[in-house]
Amino acid sequence: MGKVRTIARRTFLIGSTAIAGGVAFGVYLTKRPHDNPLLEDLADGEAAFNPWVKIDADGITLITPHVDIGQGAISMQAALIAEEMDLDWGQFNTDYGQPAAAYYNRALGAELAPFNKHEDSRSANAVRGLLHAVTKIAGLQGTGGSSSVPDSFTKLREAGAIARETLKLAAARRSGVAVGELRTDAGAVLLPNGERLVYTALAADAATIEPVTDVTLRDPSEWRLIGKPMQRLDIVGKSTGTQRYGIDIEHEGMQYAAVRTNPRQGGDLISYDDTAARALPGVTDIVQLGNGVAALANNTWNAFKAVNAIDIEWGPAPYPAEMGDHWAAVSASFNEDTLDKQWRDDGDVDSAQGDAVTAEYRAPYVAHQPLEPLNAMVIVNNDGAEVWASHQFPRFVQQVVADVAGCETDAVTFHNQHGGGSFGHRLEFENIRQATEIAAQMPGTPVKLTFTREEDFAHDFPRQIGMARGAGRVADGKVVSLDLAIATPSSSTSQTQRIGQPAPPGPDEQIVAGAWNAPYAIPNCRVRGYRVPELAPVSSWRSVGASTAGFFMETFLDELIHAAGADPMEERLRLIDRAESRAVLEAVAELSNWGAPLGVGRGRGVALVDSFGVPVAEVVEVSETDAGIRIDNVYVAADVGRIVDPINFENHVKGAVVWGLGHAMNCEITYADGQAEQRNFHQHAGMRIHQCPNIVVRGLELANKIRGIGEPPVPPAAPALANAIFSLTGERLREMPFDNTVKFVS
Amino acid sequence: MTTFALNGTPVSVDLPLDTPLLWVLRDELKLKGTKFGCGIAQCGACTVLWNGRAMRSCQLPLSVVANTSVTTIEGVGTPDAQSPVQQAWIDHQVAQCGYCQSGQIMQATSLLSNNSDPSDADIDQVMRGNLCRCGTYPKIREAIKTAAKTVREQSNG
Repeated sequence: MGKVRTIARRTFLIGSTAIAGGVAFGVYLTKRPHDNPLLEDLADGEAAFNPWVKIDADGITLITPHVDIGQGAISMQAALIAEEMDLDWGQFNTDYGQPAAAYYNRALGAELAPFNKHEDSRSANAVRGLLHAVTKIAGLQGTGGSSSVPDSFTKLREAGAIARETLKLAAARRSGVAVGELRTDAGAVLLPNGERLVYTALAADAATIEPVTDVTLRDPSEWRLIGKPMQRLDIVGKSTGTQRYGIDIEHEGMQYAAVRTNPRQGGDLISYDDTAARALPGVTDIVQLGNGVAALANNTWNAFKAVNAIDIEWGPAPYPAEMGDHWAAVSASFNEDTLDKQWRDDGDVDSAQGDAVTAEYRAPYVAHQPLEPLNAMVIVNNDGAEVWASHQFPRFVQQVVADVAGCETDAVTFHNQHGGGSFGHRLEFENIRQATEIAAQMPGTPVKLTFTREEDFAHDFPRQIGMARGAGRVADGKVVSLDLAIATPSSSTSQTQRIGQPAPPGPDEQIVAGAWNAPYAIPNCRVRGYRVPELAPVSSWRSVGASTAGFFMETFLDELIHAAGADPMEERLRLIDRAESRAVLEAVAELSNWGAPLGVGRGRGVALVDSFGVPVAEVVEVSETDAGIRIDNVYVAADVGRIVDPINFENHVKGAVVWGLGHAMNCEITYADGQAEQRNFHQHAGMRIHQCPNIVVRGLELANKIRGIGEPPVPPAAPALANAIFSLTGERLREMPFDNTVKFVS
Repeated sequence: MTTFALNGTPVSVDLPLDTPLLWVLRDELKLKGTKFGCGIAQCGACTVLWNGRAMRSCQLPLSVVANTSVTTIEGVGTPDAQSPVQQAWIDHQVAQCGYCQSGQIMQATSLLSNNSDPSDADIDQVMRGNLCRCGTYPKIREAIKTAAKTVREQSNG
């Protein structure tokens, strides 16, 4: 592996600083000349010290700024530091640290670039570099876009190596032994005579010396942790009920709060009558919010009861009240005025010859609904505010709270919390904004807001609704032309507007993600994205655009292949023009024993979607039973370049398959009278255990860039299921959820 | 005052009798291992053992709990002394976000107390009310089978 020094000098300086009785190793973001003029804007104040590793006489703390919302981010980050620091599992604590620009996400900028993730051209890399600079200047600390591993993989190993080498230098100075004769092992520097100088005892010395940045990262053959099965740091807590989540936070003198805001999202509060609510037991106050009302009580239950007893008149929704009008708006968006971008135009779809196939597809709004309802605890006082919640963008939390509380952003202390799931839901701020609105009305009192499930559903900014129109041609047993037009609203525009940020400039790649970049050399292939004017507010839902566009592309391609009379696997393999994508498809063909007869009453389907730079292929097997269609087996292959933890990788893939299949089967959010009609899990459950197939996973490590696995296995699940059901029943499923059309075992 | 046995110890609380056991546990007795998920018995995150049977604590008013016995996740084992089900959950690394897992473990504990050799169909039947949004179901099945084996060995031993 290469030396760190050059990288470190170009991007940040690594420093250390004395803390009470110890040392912290970390990052100085500095103002200095740079290749990129945008970076000259860094202010002096942004040179604050932010540590990755803190050591004092009491112990070692590793800072893991990526929030853990179930994906194992804490363990992953800690493993990368511990690998180079020679720390054993259990020798350290972890902490999210305070939000800081220094923790900006180094992978997110490249992720946002509107290029095929595998394109290595100068122009693509130039734009990625520019977006990287923007995220760096903005100090965009964030967890999302399956970027935690790519962001952390080199950076945190560097941090660990720098800490290790500096501790070795401190040991050399103390012992008189040359650094070259020292080794490190299990949290200690080893002298040649066998004596162990533990890091905690060296910390004070290390704080007084210039940190060693001339370090070499270890060769993968030397890794003890990376690539091996790890026990998640939180697994005992999560198996014994002792893991604490945001919803479990309590504080002396705390008031329990519940809210109702206009379920016609963004609509006004007209009036309310709280007479009955105030008479209920335990109620301490009813307060008005911007577009809703909050009840405060001596426990959560009493707050829930009280808020539901308030008689409220709501204003109309600022979007179409009825679902039919939403679909009409999407359908009307296939025109030149709303053409967002033509992303691909190979050959000439207009003059291609062969038998014509056309089809139209729909994907509904779908809710996130992690099992831990949104919640937040906030204290507002004269000096600023303090916040406890789980969130993927901590610095925006500070900004949102500062805006409501009327204080400076840096006067907001944010204690990020373990999240009981997210799937994109903890990218939003309503719970935190509302808790702050309440807390600002009672300075000094901790206010703990918990959403009822019904409130959470009513304000779950769902996945984008979408439609696609496909036109293709087949000839001589081959697919010769594929023309796909996709229309959805822009979830990122909806999201950024809600926090007062400018909408991302240019076309939205997520409208067509997973479709335009499909790795098929179809002679005539066109993919166009149409931007539906904003309807109901929408948000990023696990795998974002690829969850809709991947479904459209892979089901329509399947229709064309069927029309050509070709085999779904063989024709995809014939068309594929990228080695890693071919490899994952060949892997699932082998895993599933594709081609072997399945027997009567059974069917199988395949899909391949490349999202977040990760090609994932899935084969779904279904069977017809008296109780409905049962999903028997799913075979998955994915290539992330390098797998940090094979157990967590497998769990992620299986979970993402369950997520993709479950919502495709039975979930949608529909609007009536301006409100989401689905209020709780009886109307929007996803998959349950008795519907869960056997899932077989194979991870490949072919690509030269490391990628994240949190989202990429979601998009192929729905089209693979639709294609499997077609092979079983002969009926094409062109609309999710599929249970509007077929019956599943339930 | 309402008195009941909680994890083997008598407790008394002074709350309205319609207060669900879930909120008595979480907000009054500060036992946070039992989770709130839906409030209408659709997710199973709040599952406890009530007189030995798996029940949704969001649906058990205090009036019904009076003079009965309740076991929560804190009562089946601890980080230092795990029950066979908890040990299997750790060995199989079931949890992702982990929020549903207290309820899953309580439901599985109830299943194994009645059936120490459950089939896949038995597991599906008993566990279908416990929702896991992360999709840990394959690992839950594996862990229940491992725990069942431990339970059988302990009863044979």
